[in-house]
Amino acid sequence: MAKIFSKNESPLVPMPSEAYIPQRDLNKTPVLECRRLGINFGGLVAVDDFNLIIGRTEIAGLIGPNGAGKTTVFNLLTKVYQPTKGTILLNGQDTHDMNTVQVCKAGIARTFQNIRLFNNLSVEDNVKLGMHNSIQYGMVRGIFRLPSYWRQEKSAHERAMELLSIFNMEDMANTKAGSLPYGAQRRLEIVRALATNPCLLLLDEPAAGMNPSETAELMENIVKIRDTFQIAILLIEHDMNLVMNICEGICVLNFGRIIAKGSPEDIQANPAVIEAYLGKKKEA
Amino acid sequence: MSFLNFLISGISLGSIYAIIALGYTMVYGIAKMLNFAHGDVIMVGAYICFFAVSRYSLPPLVGILVAMVICTLLGIIIEKLAYKPLRAAPSLAVLITAIGVSYFLQNAAQLLWSSNPKVFPMFFQRMVSKTTPDGTVQIVPVNGIDLFGGELRVSYVTIVTILVCLIIMLALTAFTGNTKMGKAMRACSEDKDAARLMGINVNTTISVTFAIGSGLAAIAGVLLCSAYPTLVPTTGSMPGIKAFTAAVFGGIGSIPGALLGGLMLGVIEIMAKAYVSTQLSDAIVFAVLIIVLLVKPTGLLGRPVREKV
Repeated sequence: MAKIFSKNESPLVPMPSEAYIPQRDLNKTPVLECRRLGINFGGLVAVDDFNLIIGRTEIAGLIGPNGAGKTTVFNLLTKVYQPTKGTILLNGQDTHDMNTVQVCKAGIARTFQNIRLFNNLSVEDNVKLGMHNSIQYGMVRGIFRLPSYWRQEKSAHERAMELLSIFNMEDMANTKAGSLPYGAQRRLEIVRALATNPCLLLLDEPAAGMNPSETAELMENIVKIRDTFQIAILLIEHDMNLVMNICEGICVLNFGRIIAKGSPEDIQANPAVIEAYLGKKKEA
Repeated sequence: MSFLNFLISGISLGSIYAIIALGYTMVYGIAKMLNFAHGDVIMVGAYICFFAVSRYSLPPLVGILVAMVICTLLGIIIEKLAYKPLRAAPSLAVLITAIGVSYFLQNAAQLLWSSNPKVFPMFFQRMVSKTTPDGTVQIVPVNGIDLFGGELRVSYVTIVTILVCLIIMLALTAFTGNTKMGKAMRACSEDKDAARLMGINVNTTISVTFAIGSGLAAIAGVLLCSAYPTLVPTTGSMPGIKAFTAAVFGGIGSIPGALLGGLMLGVIEIMAKAYVSTQLSDAIVFAVLIIVLLVKPTGLLGRPVREKV
């Protein structure tokens, strides 16, 4: 736990993070900083003493066995749950008094482990809902379709198409989200999250249920999204191939506590991680 | 020709039910609750309009606007005070609260305006000068137009009611289909948590829904009392229940369903009154509802909810 991981053994960001941040982000305010974050549900400690720093353009991974508290961390970050302990700093700003909507406006967007699209709305409308807060026209203008309505709807449409083009989904714009194939629904969730214009994108098992070639394409796209939008991405994933290949920093949770942090190489060699995943080696 | 006459009255009554049903269906679709106080908001709207026109002699159109504004505010206040604190409570608690609000409004109206029936003024009529057989010129009110040489008489109220209903339907469809607030409503009705995480303020969206529903209730109240001009504190309860039935009939949560359900309910009710029995008309209406629900439990246009296993 006390060990500091890094790729090039350089001194890193100060306590209490002990985290790995890519070199290029070191001199900028981290996009996210969690300090001693924790939550209990009654007597059950779901997450405890969670410290994490994510750099501005880092792709970070959050892994751990089932029930380790990974999704709970996402729910804490997006204020679906109010943490019982600790602080979350988003771009250096404390999110303690914010609710879910304000956190979204402040720049955290997420996808869900079990897809939660608005199934009866079209693909384009799903994306536009992500832009809800950046579209400004009143109800009256909307009903009577005054010029400002057309202007803003046009720019919203263009932006929605631009975002959909990341995954080559423009031709599906008018399809109902619920009737898309599974892989496309997962991709649409990412596009919808991007539409909120985030600085930190949380992906909850983006590759779940995908075949190896779809996963490979997804990996490319995650990196492409980071490069194009210059945002940070934190992802929960069980596909180790994906995690080890694209994540720059990895944080391993078990029973609500961080058991290891570091670069993919460090994590792969870490005995505590191996134990959490495979069980203790029998002493001879 | 009498059949056509009944059909037109049925459509007119059905239009009123449809406007009221919209309030039920929209609130149910988004807040997943049955707002049984909705019928009484209609009554409040009718009273406000009555007093604005009769006592303060405002023009009818201003009276309707005043009633709409006050009902909209009333809807928002009811939602904030009675329903919002129960957002996380089981739906039964909210249902009972709604019934409580309904009785509260009825009794408040009785206290404020007494239970003596008020005769609602005739809005929709035209003054026409007529020469009587003995040669004097009289000004008489005309409240409808005659078609087919006087065989079919359609009152102005009927025409206005049907037109207003159509306009409201078109406006609401445009609103929910094309505007960002309308889309936010549809998103909230599907998945509130996901909507919240997309930055949509769910509380505001629910308030807007209540505001629209209550504003429409005021219009419905005025139309209802123009067609049936006796106004008492319980005026809203029976049409409220009928309109709720209409909403369920058409598929609760669906806006076209409210229109279809309302129209069908109105036509069935008038036809039953005309050709079967006045006393039995309500029984027939509800019997049809039961049959429809047995065959199609989600209502005529309701979407089946599939649980993933």
